[in-house]
Amino acid sequence: MELAAAHFIFDVTTQTSRVSHNPWLHRFAVLTAAATLILVCIGGLVTSHGVGMSVPDWPTSYGYNMFALPIRFWTGGIFYEHTHRLWATFVGVLVVALTRWLGGRQSRFSLAIIGLAEVLAGFGIFLLWPKLKPTGHFLTGIGGVVLLAALVWVRNERAERPLPALGWTAFWLVQFQGLLGGLRVVLLEDQIGIFHGALAQIFFVLLCVIALFTSRKWKNARPFAVSKALRVGAVVGTALIFLQLILGATMRHQHAGLAVSDFPLAHGKLWPDTDPASIQRYNEERIEISSVKPITAFQVQLHMAHRVTALVILIVVGFCAGTAFRKFRWRSAPGKGSALWLALILTQVALGAATVLTHKAADVATAHVLVGAVSLATGFILCLFCFRNFGFTESTPVLSANIDGKKSGKLMSAGSGAAHS
Amino acid sequence: MKKASVFLLAASLATSIACAADITGTVKIEGTPPAEKPYTPLMNDPICGKLHKSVPMTEFYVVGPDKGLADVIVMLKNVTGKSTGASAPAVELDQKGCLYTPQIVAIQTGQKLVVKNSDPTLHNVHANPTVSANASANQGKLNQAQMQGAPDIVMTFPAPENFMKFQCDVHPWMFAWVTVVDSPYYAVTGKDGKFKISNVPPGKYTITALHRKLSPEGEDQQIEVKEGQPTTVNFTLKVK
Repeated sequence: MELAAAHFIFDVTTQTSRVSHNPWLHRFAVLTAAATLILVCIGGLVTSHGVGMSVPDWPTSYGYNMFALPIRFWTGGIFYEHTHRLWATFVGVLVVALTRWLGGRQSRFSLAIIGLAEVLAGFGIFLLWPKLKPTGHFLTGIGGVVLLAALVWVRNERAERPLPALGWTAFWLVQFQGLLGGLRVVLLEDQIGIFHGALAQIFFVLLCVIALFTSRKWKNARPFAVSKALRVGAVVGTALIFLQLILGATMRHQHAGLAVSDFPLAHGKLWPDTDPASIQRYNEERIEISSVKPITAFQVQLHMAHRVTALVILIVVGFCAGTAFRKFRWRSAPGKGSALWLALILTQVALGAATVLTHKAADVATAHVLVGAVSLATGFILCLFCFRNFGFTESTPVLSANIDGKKSGKLMSAGSGAAHS
Repeated sequence: MKKASVFLLAASLATSIACAADITGTVKIEGTPPAEKPYTPLMNDPICGKLHKSVPMTEFYVVGPDKGLADVIVMLKNVTGKSTGASAPAVELDQKGCLYTPQIVAIQTGQKLVVKNSDPTLHNVHANPTVSANASANQGKLNQAQMQGAPDIVMTFPAPENFMKFQCDVHPWMFAWVTVVDSPYYAVTGKDGKFKISNVPPGKYTITALHRKLSPEGEDQQIEVKEGQPTTVNFTLKVK
């Protein structure tokens, strides 16, 4: 498994060094990733305020075309939900453009076929199944955007592998995410919201990876030897953060507020009672303004699992930061990356505590979601750096690379490479 | 023939009412409930805030001077198929001052629930039935926009269900709980904690008191209603 990952990363590295760096493509990828982070943040505000259902129809808004909803409607929870929809559309357009850019002129044909198919399917659904009218509207709209991307005449070359494939993955994911968001509204299912929230995190990480692979830093980074302990720590830490985000999304999308309302204790104990009488007592004590729903034993256990996982993540990330510090002294990508990772996790722990102590204030809870997404992306990028030089040792001679990624032919030692990176 | 049937039906109804009796009583609270909270987000809303002179408070525990507890639903358990819902007068649930009024409602299966919007702003009426028959009977109508001055929304529910949550997501502090009963033998306690269930046929019953915080599953008592004799039942719900 580890070897397969290393081969993939090695392949990426060798491929990316062949093509000259395109700073504008990188900037656009960064813009798309940043826009996605803002989208995650707005989505967090929607759930934190408990207003996901404030616009009952989709993809129309109160019967209007989404882009023509009069300002007088942008009141209360509608403001957050409608902004989320509009910003998601903006991100969708950015991702389609990014796919076209990464895929080069060769992607035009595929985009034209997909766009046409979506438009036709949209019209077909619209005419044949009136009950699925919203899905028909959605498909027709997105198909139109894809067709427009196919019409862009720029004859740019395809980006280096695996960037076109990553672009296509983002292309399908963003459409699936949009559909999930819409179905959440139409079908009134909380479970779809959990999946929508978790997939948003994966989508954000994917866009960060695209931004990384298009960067000069990635192409020109000099090799360094990474211990197995750091590699394992980075993978375990990242996997745990993803698990933690799923736990968090499950807690948030139950719309039951806080299952445990004190910190560092839990209902006055190290581990709270979850027998029926205790749960009944907790519910009697809760005076909620919003998210008015009785809590269950499962929700209390879920909350405690979230706390325990947070502690384990802190230990694992602290271990990674310590290992990287001993080896690199913050001077290389793993050193700086793991220090940033630890800082993010410490911030996240503080925000988690603040979420409880402020009784789930919407801005604090949303900041908790935001830092969670950035922590996951940081962990994943650290993994990529760790596996990039799999099999590399201190004594391996390497070729240094100039700023354009072209081999200069100058031999240097791995140790000096690490020291100068 | 038709006249004779009508006469027989009326005679039978009159006889059963004559034999029936009322159940009265009081629900009291024991112990001190947690303090209610102010609806601060409501006051921060530019439209809703102007509809109140002072900050309204949550109403989870409405306790009268003699410890009488309001908003408790008292009903006969396991009495089914007796609903007069279709012919019973409609029950009104208003959205006024960006709050649902009343917050605790009880209706019969098949009885009309009329949701009004008396506010100068829009709301979305979002019902959350947990019984599948109630969800499927209202498919496509469970989350509806109701603009300012829009016609009332009429809903009916075919199956019994306790504390079905109604909410407005535009104003996420707005909630109401609708309990659907399959008979006319229920009442909601007033501010003094008193209730009256009328015209109960003689027999042995389980009577239960449901409060959304103190007894969401109901607190039961066994009673016997005797022909023409009023029955008194009192409940005391304890704060744990």
